[in-house]
Parts: sequence; C-alpha cells; structure tokens
Amino acid sequence: MTTTQVKPLTAGTAGTPDRTSSLRQLMQVQSFQILLVLLAIFLVFAALAPEVFPTWGNVRQIIQNVSILGVLGIGMTFVIVTSGIDLSVGSNLVFSGVVAAKVMQAMGDAGWGTAAVGILVAVGCGLGWGLLNGILIAKAKVPPLIVTLGTLGAALGLAQVITGGVDIREVPAVLQDTIGYGNVPGTTLPTISLVALALILVFAVVLHKTRFGLYTFAVGSSEESARRVGVKVDRQLISIYALSGALAGVGGILSLSQYGTTAIAGQSATNLNVIAAVVIGGTSLFGGVGTIFGTVVGLFIPAVLQNGFVIVGVQPFWQQVAVGAVLVAAVYVDQRRRAAAARGHSSKTEGRKRLFGLRSS
Amino acid sequence: MTTIPVLEARGLTRSFGNVRALDGADFDVHAGEVVALIGDNGAGKSTLVKALSGNLALDSGSILFAGGEVDLNSPTQASSLGIETVYQDLALAPHLNAAQNMFLGREIPKPGFQGRLGFLDNKSMRAKSRAAFDELGATVRSLSDPVGAMSGGQKQAIAIARAVAWAKGVIFLDEPTAALGVVQTKNVLETIRRVRDKGVGVVFISHSMPHVLDVADRVQVLRLGRRVATYEAKKTTVEELVGAMTGALDGAHS
Ligand SMILES: Nc1ncnc2c1ncn2[C@@H]1O[C@H](COP(=O)(O)OP(=O)(O)OP(=O)(O)O)[C@@H](O)[C@H]1O
Ligand SMILES: [Mg+2]
Repeated sequence: MTTTQVKPLTAGTAGTPDRTSSLRQLMQVQSFQILLVLLAIFLVFAALAPEVFPTWGNVRQIIQNVSILGVLGIGMTFVIVTSGIDLSVGSNLVFSGVVAAKVMQAMGDAGWGTAAVGILVAVGCGLGWGLLNGILIAKAKVPPLIVTLGTLGAALGLAQVITGGVDIREVPAVLQDTIGYGNVPGTTLPTISLVALALILVFAVVLHKTRFGLYTFAVGSSEESARRVGVKVDRQLISIYALSGALAGVGGILSLSQYGTTAIAGQSATNLNVIAAVVIGGTSLFGGVGTIFGTVVGLFIPAVLQNGFVIVGVQPFWQQVAVGAVLVAAVYVDQRRRAAAARGHSSKTEGRKRLFGLRSS
Repeated sequence: MTTIPVLEARGLTRSFGNVRALDGADFDVHAGEVVALIGDNGAGKSTLVKALSGNLALDSGSILFAGGEVDLNSPTQASSLGIETVYQDLALAPHLNAAQNMFLGREIPKPGFQGRLGFLDNKSMRAKSRAAFDELGATVRSLSDPVGAMSGGQKQAIAIARAVAWAKGVIFLDEPTAALGVVQTKNVLETIRRVRDKGVGVVFISHSMPHVLDVADRVQVLRLGRRVATYEAKKTTVEELVGAMTGALDGAHS
C-alpha cells in the first residue's frame, strides 16, 4: 500500500491535531481506560448496595484507606517511569515510623513540638534509605530489584532490632487527633487524605511539567541517549530513589498517626500493592511512560473492590483474585501497546495506523 | 581553509577486550570543510566518532581542539566546544516527542521565577523545533507524538536537525543517510554543505561512495583502527577509495 505513504515535503505542512481525534486519543490513554473501569466497578456496587455503598461516609472511608498508599505511589511512579522498582517502601515506612516513635517517646510530651521532630525524623530516615538505594543503583550499578530487595530486608530487620520486635504504641495525641483520624476543619474530609492529595498534586506537576519530570521520562526511555545529550543520569536516579524514600518516611509518620502503633508486621505486602496500583494505572514497567493520575486511579480499584465485596457480602478474599486479574490485564494492554509501537518502525503499519487512528503512546 | 585543524586526533588507541577498535588512529578536520570518513564495517569509524564526541575513554592518544589539547571525557564537554554528533544509533529517547528530543539537555526554561522552579517553555521549544525541521526539509509530521513510533527516516531527520541546530565547531554525522529516502538524502547533503558554509567542520561517515564524492572536500580512509589514506575528493575515484578501504591498494599517498 504505497499510496498511503506519500509524505509531505516539509514538516510545516503537518497541521495541529484536529479536535475530533483528540477524544479518541484520550480513550486510548491507559489511565483513562482504567478510570472507566473504576467507574464501572463503582456503578456495579452502587447498584448492588444503593443504601450503603455510594454514600459519602463509605466513600470517605475508601479515600482514607488509600491515602498512605497514595503517598507511596507518587515515588513509585517516578521510580517505575525510569524502568526501576522500589521494593523497600513498606519496610522503609516501618523503619521511619519506628525511629520517629522512639524519638517522640524519648522526648516524652505529646505536643506539637514533639510531633514536628517526629515528622522530620521520619522523613529524614526515609530519605536516608532512599539515598542509599539511589547511590547503589546509579553508582554501583546494582539492579534496582536487588538493591531494594536488600534494603527491604535491612530496614525491616533494623526496625525489629530497635523495638525488640514489640510495637511501640505511644504516639503523640496531636498527631493522632489531627492527622490520624481528624478531618480538615469545617469539612468531613480526612486530614490524612488532604496531605496525600497535596503531595499528589505537587508531584504530578513536577513529573509532567518540569525539567525534573522530563529527565525522569528521558532516563526511563533511553538512559544512554539521555546521558549522551548531557542529562546527569546518575544524579537523576539518586534524586528519584531519594524522593521515593522520603515519601515512604512521610508514609511512616502518617501510618503512626492513623493507627497509633508502629505496626511492624503490617506492611509486608505494601510494596506489591503500590507497584500493582502504579502498573494498573498505565505506568510501564519498561520505563518512559506513566502518570501520577493513573497511579491514583490504580490505587482506588483494589480499595473499591475490597470495600464493595465486604458490603455486598462476597468474601473479601475475592478482592485479591480480582486485583490480580486487573493487574495482568493492565500489563497485557501495555505489552500490546509496546508491540504496536515497535511495529510502528515499519512504514507499512504507519500508514495503517494513520488510517485507523491507532496510537502507540 | 585555515592551517590549524579545528579538531585533530593523534594516535588514538582503544581496545575492547582483544579487539583493537582504534589502533593509533589519526584524524583531522578543518573549519568550513567536509571530511568524509570511510572504511569497512568494523574499521573503527563509530568508535572514533565516540572518542571525539566525549563518549569513550581512550587508552592513549591526544585530541586537539583548535590547536589546544583537550580532555574530552563527557558529551557535555564536547557540546560546550560546539561539537555535536548524529550517532549511528541516533541516541533519541523513544518515548519523548520530537521537540523534547530536540531540546533534551538544553531545555528553554520559562521566563522568571517559574523557570527557576523548573517549568519549561514548551511553546518556544516547539516553534524552534518546527523551524529546524522545516529548514532541513524533514517530514516530521507531529511534534507531540513519541519519536519511537516514527519511521527510521523521520527519526534520523530529528537527530540530524538536533545536531545541526547546536553545532558551532564540528558536527559528526555517522551514516546519517542510511535510512533516508531519495529526497531526504538530497536534503541532508544540502544541509551538510550549508553547515559547512557557516564555517563548521563537518565529518560525514557513509558507505555510499557517490555521496562521499559528491559532498566531501577530503576523504580519510580508516582500516583496522588506523587512518591509512587521505584524498582530495576532487582528485580521487570510487575505485581508489574502495582499494584503500579493503587494503588492495596499499601505499596510498597521505
Ligand atoms: N562497545 C564495544 N564493545 C566491544 N567491541 C566494540 C565496541 N564498540 C566497537 N567494538 C568493536 O570495535 C570495532 C570497530 O567498531 P566500529 O563500530 O567503530 O566500526 P565502524 O567502522 O563504525 O563499522 P560500521 O561501518 O559497521 O558502522 C568492531 O570490531 C567492533 O566489534
Ligand atoms: Mg559505525
């Protein structure tokens, strides 16, 4: 079909994309497709339990439950966009929480001064583990999977050494009352969710609008190409793992506030839950593609399934089955898209792509 | 033509395991001239380009820029001297769009405070990219689609436009026309002349002898990691070049 390949002589003849195709393009963005899946799930449960499920009280509960995972999901999205992985977030969260709890316990009182120190300590601990991850990955060239598997074990082990394996249950009341299960004054929105939302918005802007975000995509897309045009790849990777670590530290203090305990044993599946959400949201494990928005949607799918199954009386274990299926489906879609992009190398499919408006981004 | 080469390599050596990719290679290019670098597959052309663009550590040898010895140990350093390269593998980020690739590593920040926060002036980067592609006559249709989905020729055009836009001293083009159509090839050869006329030293690597003789002022032949001959393009023939490349015609003047 050579007739479809006639190319204009200059680039200038290519016009701006017309409006009618932009909706179709939107439909092919994975984070948008997954949003439709989420809406469908929501509507099914709303139909099955109209009295309970679609109420603000219930939705508020769901939002509160995903807030901490949302904070971790930000860093994980950056990491996976670089085609990396961070398995250590859950352990890092526990470690940061434990050290912060210890410090606050030692300070004795339950006021804001103590709480502020605790927050700084938690974020600092998280940042420390993140920097260690980043340096080992960027400078020592150890694969991210191995580095963060190592720090996963190390952080959790040290948390248990510090506490002797017994959870600390003394958390300053101000943290619990305001951030933990308090609401934003004058509303019924959990404070913890507002904190998560603020971080999500800030880092979504960083990822999608700034040079730091652009370099994140560039490193994930082709590390070698980025290096050759002068992007400081090592520094970028270290910053990204440090960010993921610092956010795990934030997660640590939020978790302390919400549950009032260090919950050392409670985070063993956190890393996988966060990774699943990021991938469901359309971020490619192979790097170069991803959105914070997708991650947020990807977090809500398991949470809504869990909540909905409980309400309609299905054994909640089914949630794991359903999430597993969604996860595999999401990666399948990503693979097909990548295969389509690879085929795009031949000009033959290019013509076809133009004919049918398929898109490979 | 000035007497001091804008870029000169003396006795460059680099081994990969047992393979001596560069074995005492010399090379020189003057401002405002097109030098074709030719040689069989594996002769060391790409390796030489990598060495001269700050992408390869050398075992020995020296590199002179405008007569002064330089230590080219990073691509950033090469770019700061105005040395740009179109790599054989193009070195584009497939998930980024044409404009982002064009400006990667040299983004235009938004004016003022926003710029200092890291926000980018995408509008002017797009406009400048568009102008650069138009100047090259490149058929880059969309500035917002990822370049990974584009045809080989379109990708090549983007890589060339990028290097041309930034090159002030020397530009290396490692087989820039390999994936191009007839019209686009003509455009690239035209661009090479235009860049040369601006006073940039152009190093053109190609396996197409007609193109080499068409555009080059001088031809340097690399064999087994060494420069074995240099010819004035006007005074040589395809047969002579092929002979020097394969070694059938040893003892060529240089
Ligand atoms: N990174 C590397 N690791 C190992 N060997 C290498 C590497 N780069 C180049 N070589 C070897 O060095 C020699 C020269 O390679 P180079 O790519 O410079 O050749 P070339 O002249 O560009 O060939 P072509 O015309 O095929 O592009 C080859 O034998 C190649 O196998
Ligand atoms: Mg080569």
